[in-house]
Formats: sequence, structure tokens, C-alpha cells
Amino acid sequence: MAPMFPTSQPWVEKYRPKQVKDVAHQDEVVRVLTNTLQTANCPHMLFYGPPGTGKTTTALAIAHQLFGPQLYKSRVLELNASDDRGINVVRTKIKDFAAVAVGSSRQGGYPCPPFKIIILDEADSMTEDNALRRTMETYSKVTRFFFICNYISRIIEPLASRCAKFRFKPLNEDVMSSRILHICNEEGINLDSEALSTLSSISQGDLRRAITYLQSAARLFGSSITSRDLINVSGVIPEEAIQSLFSACKSGHFDLADSEVNNVIAEGYPVSQMLSQLYDVIVQAVDVSDEQKARICKKLGESDKVVLHFFCCVTCNLFLLGFSSVWHLCGVFSGFNFI
Amino acid sequence: MLWVDKYRPKTLDKLIVHQDIAQNLKKLVTEQQDCPHLLFYGPSGAGKKTLIMALLRQIFGASADKVKVENKTWKVDAGTRNIDVELTTLSSTHHVEMSPGDAGFQDRYVVQEIIKEMAKNRPIDTKGKRGFKVLVLNEVDRLSREAQHSLRRTMEKYSASCRLILCCNSSSKVTEAVRSRCLNIRINAPSEDEIVKVLEFIGKKEGLQLPAGFTPRIAQKSNRSLRRAILLFETCRVQQYPFTPNQAIPPMDWEQYVAEIASDILTEQSPKRLFQIRGKLYELLTNCIPPEVILKRLLSELLKKSDAELKLEVSHWAAYYEHRMRLGQKAIFHLEAFVAKFMSIYKSFLLSQFAAFG
Ligand SMILES: Nc1ncnc2c1ncn2[C@@H]1O[C@H](COP(=O)(O)OP(=O)(O)OP(=O)(O)O)[C@@H](O)[C@H]1O
Ligand SMILES: [Mg+2]
Repeated sequence: MAPMFPTSQPWVEKYRPKQVKDVAHQDEVVRVLTNTLQTANCPHMLFYGPPGTGKTTTALAIAHQLFGPQLYKSRVLELNASDDRGINVVRTKIKDFAAVAVGSSRQGGYPCPPFKIIILDEADSMTEDNALRRTMETYSKVTRFFFICNYISRIIEPLASRCAKFRFKPLNEDVMSSRILHICNEEGINLDSEALSTLSSISQGDLRRAITYLQSAARLFGSSITSRDLINVSGVIPEEAIQSLFSACKSGHFDLADSEVNNVIAEGYPVSQMLSQLYDVIVQAVDVSDEQKARICKKLGESDKVVLHFFCCVTCNLFLLGFSSVWHLCGVFSGFNFI
Repeated sequence: MLWVDKYRPKTLDKLIVHQDIAQNLKKLVTEQQDCPHLLFYGPSGAGKKTLIMALLRQIFGASADKVKVENKTWKVDAGTRNIDVELTTLSSTHHVEMSPGDAGFQDRYVVQEIIKEMAKNRPIDTKGKRGFKVLVLNEVDRLSREAQHSLRRTMEKYSASCRLILCCNSSSKVTEAVRSRCLNIRINAPSEDEIVKVLEFIGKKEGLQLPAGFTPRIAQKSNRSLRRAILLFETCRVQQYPFTPNQAIPPMDWEQYVAEIASDILTEQSPKRLFQIRGKLYELLTNCIPPEVILKRLLSELLKKSDAELKLEVSHWAAYYEHRMRLGQKAIFHLEAFVAKFMSIYKSFLLSQFAAFG
């Protein structure tokens, strides 16, 4: 289906690769799938990896390349987390879809292999059940399953073991840069090399994020984009803010740390981001002994996990307060080990 | 109409704080229609809502202001059975605003059915302009993981016709996958100086005489929440006008109440007192003050009056019970447990002090 207003799509969609060969950095899966295009056969697949690394893109691309626009609807079933109404619904949908038999006839230059593809995107919560395994077995002659998720641990072993597994790696700087440069070229944007490397580092291997930053910066600052502009749109916490929190913690004065933390909260910096940047600062600090660093990082690591549980400013407040005591190695944190 | 509503700036140009963000937003949505999804985050009372409303107006013009509030019930197929999901929406011809978190544990059905349907259906525009609609989702940090997962593909699939504007206090509670699909915009709490500016603007509009130092005092009390500052300002106006330079600034009612609880705790540590406090805590809860907020406030009141030696330990236990509260169901138990814990710490501290001096 061609969108009615193609220009109104954000760049992440506009520059979603349509062909498997254009998927950057995931060489292994690209090789296997290119092979699939020639032999018109493939195993069940499991794609896993962090957001924005090309999982959905790859699955959609291969499906399109195998069947072409004509057959796509009848041969490919795309289910995602928004279709998840419990295993019965998913199973019925799959059953209805898989039941209609297919033949193999090359059509319009597409391989059109004699099976259907079922893409279970965002399968993290869909597959906890053995019922899906039976469905998969029942229809394995006439269907291929593509499971997509962020954490492979969320897919139960009996399912995972039936699939060819591919880990989608966070994109490295070079790959990211070349994709970004391609987009810059298309959009007529100027990006110097410093800005380019900044963009790669702030988006941490997530290409979708990088593209969004790029587009936002382009809208805000015009066609010449600097490293500053990108930092500006990315919401990275400014170095000064981290440093002043750090020194307040170092001081060991409760009230000082308290007011610094309140400031952090009022500024609205995300706790997880704060912790990860704080971590970097500590590792680089020269006035802290290696032993202290090790201890603090261990504590921070724990607190990061904890923050995921607590998810809230109050605790951010307390953790960072606790942090000042970690400095004195009296380990108020130890109380949190219960998690 | 309350001043907070009366003086809510309607357009991006009229904003007094966050001018820079407003100008950026303007650039983001004019000319092209390809702006990414947006996620606004920041402390409450910082002005997110105002920015979002002004942004909608920038996109759709004055018709974005003509909103109607509806209380609707949707029939949702939940797999094994049909359920009714009730939700309040606020909508204009171009946008719909809702808080899917209000559906509680049914929030994923809201996302899977209602939001998906809305995103799918493309608004028909006779002029061929603005062929998309905007869904504003409040408090996305309250959404369950499943609900957030269910948003992901919807955000991609229908991005030709639909933009999402997500709004929350803490972006750490929004999953990485959802954050990765939006431009994240941090709205910081306005500084005290900025709050003063707003108060003075309102004062002028209302034709009030402001004694020197009066608005800064309100700003100081506001905890950098603009909403609270304006509410306080209006309360002061009702209580006593003309203003006097050192006129008392009343705290918000419930905060006053928490302060009382704190002083109850500090004056006596006994089972009987604990029982009385339980009643007071319960009253706060039934008035819909969120338990975490109560705990936080109570902690800060207690810390104010605790000896330095105790602060870390007390904070630690607050964090502990805060965590327990999130895992458990009955917030009151954990609040009470915290109070009991504090009492015991405080009492033994007092005794040791006593022993030291005696
Ligand atoms: N390897 C890649 N090569 C080229 N473009 C990519 C790649 N990875 C991501 N992108 C870009 O990022 C966007 C999002 O990618 P995609 O939807 O495939 O992510 P995903 O891995 O499915 O993430 P999630 O786990 O959040 O669903 C694409 O539209 C594309 O623009
Ligand atoms: Mg995906």
C-alpha cells in the first residue's frame, strides 16, 4: 500500500531499507537471507537485539522480496504486540492464515516459495506458552515463523531451538556514519566529521535514534548541523550538571547532596541517563583510587538495576543520597541487596 | 476560572518560560509534515501540558481549541471474553487526548484496540492539508510493559497518518523501545526567577499591587512548580488583599497535613500515636494523594527535623518501604511500617542522647 502523502512520514520510515541487502551491519543475517532469495527456502528465524538495529526492517524486507506486492497480503501475516490478546487469539489467527494451501509459482519475478511467512514481531510477551510451539509444529511444512524480540531470554527454549538465531548487533560507528551520510546526501544536509561522530556516540548503536536526532536537528538548525546542535536535541545531560552532582556526592554532606539531587529532579533529567553518565565520570576521575572506583561502580551497577525497579524520583533522590555514603564506604546501599 | 487556566498561554509565541523550546517546536512542525513522534518528559507543574496544547494550536490552528470531553465505553475483545473499557477522552477534529493509564490493568487493551484504531483511521481533510491526526497520551510512564510494547509497531505502521505526543514525568519508566521511536523533549521545572516573571505578569494583568519580595517568596515556596506557584498566588489574593510584604503564604492543604503528621511522630513514639497517625495517612490516601508522594513529603519533613546522624538511615528506610509499596498492594501498610520504623530509630536515638548526657 503506497502511502497517500509519502513526504509526511518521518525520516526513520522514509529511510527504512526496502531490500535485505541494504540492511547495514547485520552481515550474517543478510548473507543467509540473500541465499534464501536464491534457493527460495529458509528455516524458521529468530531475530533478537536492541531497538533500532534493523530487526523489523529485515523481516519486512525479506517478505516483500520473496513475494512481491501482489502476493504479500495472502502470504505474509504480520502480528505484533498490539495483536496479542492471549495465546488463543494468536493461535486462531495463525491457524486461519496457515490453513489455506499455497502453490509455488514464480510471479512477476519474485521467488514466491511454497510457504507462508508469519512474522511475530515484538514477541517478547507472546510466546511464553507451549501452545505456540504446537501450532508451529502443526504448520511447519507450510509456514515459516519469524520471531522478533529484544531479549532472547524471553523466547522459550523449545521455540528458540527450532529457529536459526540471529543477534542484531548495535551498529558501530562506521556503519552508522555511512548510513547517516547517505541520508544527509539525500536531504541536502551538511554534517562535519565531529558532528558525525557525536551523532554515533549519543545514539549508542540505535540507528533509529540517530535518524530521529538528525531529522530534528535539521528542522531546528537548518541544513548545516554541528555537534552542539545534535547534543542539544539528544537530551544528553550537560557535563556541568553531572560534575556538580558528583562533587556534591564527594563532599559527603547530606544537605548538599540533597539539594543537588532536588535540582536534578527539577531539571527533569532521566535517572537512568544520569546514572550512566555519572558512571563515566567516576571511571575517569583521577582523585579516586581504583579500589574505590571498583566499589562505587559495583554499587552504581546495582542501583541501576534497582532504579529499573523503583522507577521514581523519590528513590533517585535516595540513591544518590546513598551514594554519598558509599563514598565513605559505609555501604548504606547494602540494604538494597535484597532485590 | 482559576488563574492557572485563565493565564495558560494559548500559543507558542505567548509562552513566558520555555521560550526556546517553544520556538524549536514551532520550527519542528511548520513547513513539513514529517515531524517525528514526540515524548515530553519532566517534573509535574513544569508546563508540559501548556506546551503541548500550544503546539496543537500551532499545527491545527484555532480549531484545536474546540475540544469536547467524552466519557466513552469501548467493547474490547480480550481473547477469551469481551470486556468494557471506560475512558475519558478530550478531542477536537484533529486530535484526541487521553490517559490510557486510567484503565489500570486493562491499559494494554486501550493501546491495542482503541489507540490502534484511532491511529489507523486517517482523517479526511477536504483541503488536502494536514492529512494526519495527533494522539496525545498522558502519563505514559504509568503504562504497563505490555501496554508499552503494544504501542511500538503502531507507532511505526501508521506514522504516515498519525503522530503521537507522549507525556510523562519520568522517562526512565518508558521503555527504551518506545523512547527510541520519539524525539525526547525534556521540560525542566522553571527556575524561581522565571516563576517570579510569570507571577508578575499575572499580577499586572489583574491590576494588583505587589510589595517587593512578595512574588519571590511564593516562588520559593512553590518547589519550582509553576502550577503550584500560581495556585498559591491566587490563594494569597483571596486570603488578604492588599498584600503586605510579609504576609503568610499558606502551604497546600495536604502538605500542611503531612507536616502535622511529621510533628506528631516527632513528639511521641508509641503504639497509640502510631494508630492515630494511621488514620491521618488513610485520610490522605482517600483524598487521592498518591502514596509515594505522601512518603516523599513525609520524609522531607522528618529529615528537616532529624539529626544529621539519622538522615541516611531514615532515607534508606524510606527507599526500602517505597520499594515495598510498589511491589505490594496496600500502600497504607508500608506507609505505616515506615512510620513505625522511624519511631523506633528516633526513639533509640533519643535514648542514646539521653544516656550520653545523663
Ligand atoms: N541495520 C540497519 N540498516 C539500515 N537502517 C536501519 C538499520 N537498523 C535500523 N535502521 C533504521 O532504523 C529504523 C528502525 O529499525 P527497525 O524497525 O528495523 O528496528 P528494530 O530492530 O525492529 O527495533 P525494535 O526492537 O525497537 O522494534 C528503520 O526504519 C531504519 O531507518
Ligand atoms: Mg521492530
